Amino acid sequence: MAQASIAVHKLTSCSGCQSVFLNLGDDLLVLNELVEISHFIEAGLNNFDAEVDIAFVEGSITTPDDEARILKVRERSRFVVAIGACACSGGVQALRNVKDSVGWAGAVYADTEYLDSLAESRPVAQLVKVDLELWGCPISGRQLIATVRALLQGVPPVLPTEKVCQECKRAGNVCVLVTKAAPCLGPVTRAGCGALCPSFGAPCYTCFGASEQPNCDSLGERLVGLGIPQRQVAERFVSISSGLEPYQKAWARWRIPAKQLDS
Amino acid sequence: MTDPRNIRLRVPVITRLEGEGALELYCRDEQLERAVLRIFEPPRFFEKFLEGKHYSEQPIIAARICGICPIAYQMTGVRAIERALGLESGDWIGRMRRVLQCGEWLQSHALHIHFLALPDFLGFSHMLDMAKVHPQAVKRGLRLQALGNDLISLSGGRSVHPVGLKVGGFHNAPAADVIAALLPRIDEALVDAEALVRWAAGLDLPDDHASFTSVALHHPTQYAMNEGRVCSSDGLDIDACDYRQHFREHQEPHSTALYSLLDGEPYLVGPLARINLNFEQFPAEVRALADDCGLHFPSDNIYHSLLARALECYYAVWEARQLLSGYAAQAFSVPDEPRAGWGAHCTEAPRGLIYHHYGLDPEGFITEACIIPPTSQNQARIEADLMRGLTAFGLEHSDQELQFFAERLIRNYDPCISCSVHFLDLRVHRH
Repeated sequence: MAQASIAVHKLTSCSGCQSVFLNLGDDLLVLNELVEISHFIEAGLNNFDAEVDIAFVEGSITTPDDEARILKVRERSRFVVAIGACACSGGVQALRNVKDSVGWAGAVYADTEYLDSLAESRPVAQLVKVDLELWGCPISGRQLIATVRALLQGVPPVLPTEKVCQECKRAGNVCVLVTKAAPCLGPVTRAGCGALCPSFGAPCYTCFGASEQPNCDSLGERLVGLGIPQRQVAERFVSISSGLEPYQKAWARWRIPAKQLDS
Repeated sequence: MTDPRNIRLRVPVITRLEGEGALELYCRDEQLERAVLRIFEPPRFFEKFLEGKHYSEQPIIAARICGICPIAYQMTGVRAIERALGLESGDWIGRMRRVLQCGEWLQSHALHIHFLALPDFLGFSHMLDMAKVHPQAVKRGLRLQALGNDLISLSGGRSVHPVGLKVGGFHNAPAADVIAALLPRIDEALVDAEALVRWAAGLDLPDDHASFTSVALHHPTQYAMNEGRVCSSDGLDIDACDYRQHFREHQEPHSTALYSLLDGEPYLVGPLARINLNFEQFPAEVRALADDCGLHFPSDNIYHSLLARALECYYAVWEARQLLSGYAAQAFSVPDEPRAGWGAHCTEAPRGLIYHHYGLDPEGFITEACIIPPTSQNQARIEADLMRGLTAFGLEHSDQELQFFAERLIRNYDPCISCSVHFLDLRVHRH
């Protein structure tokens, strides 16, 4: 049987999910035995046009070039796996979809003529069919390896959809929302990180995207009720996964209009 | 009469860089007219993302500028905000933050040396091929990189976008038994890192000399990482607050990174600039190792960047061992209270000096953010070096040879192109 091939592509992103590949250590050398790595620019393999079995795509779509690229990737790949918050939800840069971003380019660059930027940051699945989404900011190395193994066996990997709270309880953590009045978004965030932030005593900030049935209304009311400033509650919802509708709705509900702040 | 040979060499994608960039060379009559490192990372407007956020979200948002050196963006921002709030976090927190920096330098340098730079000097197109011929060297590099990641994870939970750092200190302190379990690995890594330095010192690197200005943080009693004054090899010596009076950025059409100049001239930041300015601040063991290997700094050979990275790997392991031996958990944060203010700070990212400043309103929401990453500071220097290096190399070489030469030269600077953050060119801050 021919060896399966993979590609790692980058759109608009921080390179953090690719770094998870490069940080695999010995497992990276094992991966290199398991599959043929055809294209991975940061690792020095530049073979964009190769047809592959699995294309891992990091990053969101924010430029016309990103749009053209993802269409080509789809044509050349049997499976397209979106990796990370950017590819799955538009990422932190989807804040431009939420906030009034019209003047941003002009405020940052003296001349915006040379910038070729779209108005919104979109997830990969808005342009092409995505076969699988690996969430996280960054993705988990464990989920990545499990996914490659599962796909090589021809079965879909088992990925969580439950809430961070459930992982957090199983980890035996003390709840940071209840005991510290911290603005934790674990109750509306997908599991997969191992309740990383609460395990460190820090509030969750939505790396793995929205959980199943996220009740952002009730959570927002609870956080405001704890005395956290309403503006801060609104902003917590539009963070790493700001492209997601339930979070945008929560932001719209809790934000204080700019006019009111000025008066 | 012969027609002039007009070359326009275009390398659409340079591999083994962090982020994506391209190179364009314009030549006329065997003269190089312009060398352009074109950065096409899409603009991501991080300074604007931060405006309106509470300062407690700074480490979350700013980390996403770069998946390879997230701590640099968290650390510089957290320290700038602490200065705005008038917070002093104390010695223990400062030491543990240095451990984080050691981890990030180690993982980033080990990654750069083994994945990005070494294939150039050993005749491979990438690390995975190189691993088949030099398995021991590559495995040693992976072990060092893994220790760097584990040092970050100690007080950060994970190595990409760690979660431990906050304004005022940390969210938690590592358990003593976790540190105790790590110490034997640090001892082993010290042997690995020494072997790396000795091995790197034996590489046949190009003998190349150029004059440039080195810029780095300088601290009187330690090898500067998170604290110190901004100094240059030409005598600059300023506090981070005065950074923008000396360093100015401007935009070039081909790039989404802004170019930074010091008093109108290109300058170098990064490991070679740091060692050029701060070699004497290294502990005696590190200096002795350098001497023993015949490594002498300051150096005007940009290819010695690889040696500087290797030596900093050794130092990072050495320093982490110092900082963690006899470890006992102490108060891991000081209380932070919002107030209106403005603060600036510089730290040393793996790739060089990084500058942040923030303005805060009375409730602690960010009103103004400015972030100047190392790559935009090195960009003018890279292009000047391409002009000089390629002209000396000779344009009679084939396009393929020119491309190899230029790419290898660029990789010395380890440009990290993901950091398309940028700042407001027209913004003026008044204290």
